[in-house]
Amino acid sequence: MALDKNYLEYPHRSHGMDHNRYDWQMLAQQKPVVWPNNKKLALWINVPLQFFPLDQKGDPFKVPGGMTMPYPDLRHYSLRDYGNRVGIYRLLKAFDKYKVTPTFAMNTELAVRTPYLLDVIKERGNEIMCHGLHMDALHYGGQNIDEESDIISRALDTLRELSQQDVTGWLSPARNESENTPELLAQHGIKYFCDWVNDDMPYSFKTDKGNLWAMPLSNELEDKFIIMDNLHSEASYVEQICDACDFLLKEADTQGGRILALNIHPWMLGQPHRIAKLEKVLEYVTSKGVWCASATEILTEFTAQQK
Amino acid sequence: MKRDPEFYDYWPYHNRPKIQWPNGKKMAFWVAPNIEFYELNPPNNPHRKSWPQPYPATQGYSIRDYGNRVGHMRQMELLEKYGIRGSISLSTALCDHHPEIIQMCKDRNWEFFSHGIYNTRYTYGMSEQQERDMIKDSMETIFKHTDQMCAGYLAPALSHSERTLDLFAEVGTELFGKKGGIYTCDLFHDDQPTPIKLRSGKQFVSVPYSLEMNDTIAFVVNKMEPRRYGQILKDNFDRLYQEADESGTIMCIPTHNYQVSCPHRMKAYEEALDYITSHDDVWVTTGREIAEYYIEHYYDSTLADIQNKQAKWGGA
Repeated sequence: MALDKNYLEYPHRSHGMDHNRYDWQMLAQQKPVVWPNNKKLALWINVPLQFFPLDQKGDPFKVPGGMTMPYPDLRHYSLRDYGNRVGIYRLLKAFDKYKVTPTFAMNTELAVRTPYLLDVIKERGNEIMCHGLHMDALHYGGQNIDEESDIISRALDTLRELSQQDVTGWLSPARNESENTPELLAQHGIKYFCDWVNDDMPYSFKTDKGNLWAMPLSNELEDKFIIMDNLHSEASYVEQICDACDFLLKEADTQGGRILALNIHPWMLGQPHRIAKLEKVLEYVTSKGVWCASATEILTEFTAQQK
Repeated sequence: MKRDPEFYDYWPYHNRPKIQWPNGKKMAFWVAPNIEFYELNPPNNPHRKSWPQPYPATQGYSIRDYGNRVGHMRQMELLEKYGIRGSISLSTALCDHHPEIIQMCKDRNWEFFSHGIYNTRYTYGMSEQQERDMIKDSMETIFKHTDQMCAGYLAPALSHSERTLDLFAEVGTELFGKKGGIYTCDLFHDDQPTPIKLRSGKQFVSVPYSLEMNDTIAFVVNKMEPRRYGQILKDNFDRLYQEADESGTIMCIPTHNYQVSCPHRMKAYEEALDYITSHDDVWVTTGREIAEYYIEHYYDSTLADIQNKQAKWGGA
């Protein structure tokens, strides 16, 4: 019994990463950033607006949060739909009450299906990034490149047309990517994407079609991760965000501006029993004097200071 | 396959010879940060998949990279604040990929022990020679980059063969004589050190490392809230501290920089470290120091006690 010879060979065992997507660098050794008005913490509220199709194909896997029951899975379809009909309006009210700036990551198919909701966001003037075509249109390793390119161009062309925004940001459904996703995004005019969770600040991500910025949208602090995946209580969600806020503020004292990125789902925090917890978080965080900004505003400020 | 691993005899947790740690300290405390490198595209092992998704497993890979890019510095500064030297369970390829991290830990006189080469290369399916080569490579790499003669082992991703501990101890002797390959963190059967039976007959000890206090087990497997993790660390300490009146105990906190160093977890972790290190009669130490002290002072008396009980009661 033995393994193939190559199992004890280490072709990438040298300085830096084991791939050429980005440079190896430690956050603590990065040049400190100063946010506008000397704020120590930028608050990035990111709201995915998602369409989970009832006739989910689940190819190559069932998207987390999607249909799990035999067709027609009305419970999951309608519970996710709740977020776009009811939950989002509770969230918007809370954002306005605490004067924070949300960024929306929208499935293009949802923009097509709910022009009213799209108009509400356009009128508010908030940034919209693309969250892929819909939640069942997954990007995955081994995917045919033409098929993926077609999904990306359809998603972006339509969303740009409907939103009348440039749409330069991207969040993949389930944050899943193929080996070609970064190149295809760069090719289609994307400037930043939010799938990689290896930093608390933006960094430059190499592709053959020009570089992207990786934006640090924490998965560990996501409402869905904490409440649905880990089954933590709503009260614990509040504690975790407040503890993270305190920690990042303290770190910013010596290392420069930090970002508190909260990815929150209308179908999760928009429930009647959870919305007060979001308000509690916003009350706490805004009482600390943070800079509330969109993803693009944060990235623009960050990149301006990298020169 | 064996019915049991045959590493140790049954040895009840009462009426044991009393252990006292150096300078009259009653309890030993050590922190073992796992500093790991996971490969984005490792070769396939027929017995265990590295990633749930086909290449590229963006999410699993990138959060682990977060540990090295972001988390390491946070935990290192925290341990320094409380006077704790880390005992690093090291994916030794990290010496090549991220020597900056190795240098910082070396500057702080931390211990480095072997956790294999990459945490995406499993022991399963290796021939004896392959496993020996992998272990030897890892120990030589530590020596080359840190001048330390590797004393401890935690198998990569806790993947073992029946002969893992034998091989580690033998390679340790071959490379470094008595200094090398003297303890393992792979066994979770006791709160005190245990002599381990090896085919070479070498003096070798299992040092308690604790899966229950391991942050990845707590956060990922048991899905604990950060503050509850902080609480169980204090509770674990309290009971071991109390029992240490009878005979010296050991508490270990095994950590990962991609878990405990996330912003929402640092506060609870710091509170636990602050609490534990506020006790004067706790020996804040490293894995190697525990193993060496134990082997020098208690190994033989423990063995005699085990043999007496074994002679009287028998059993497996």
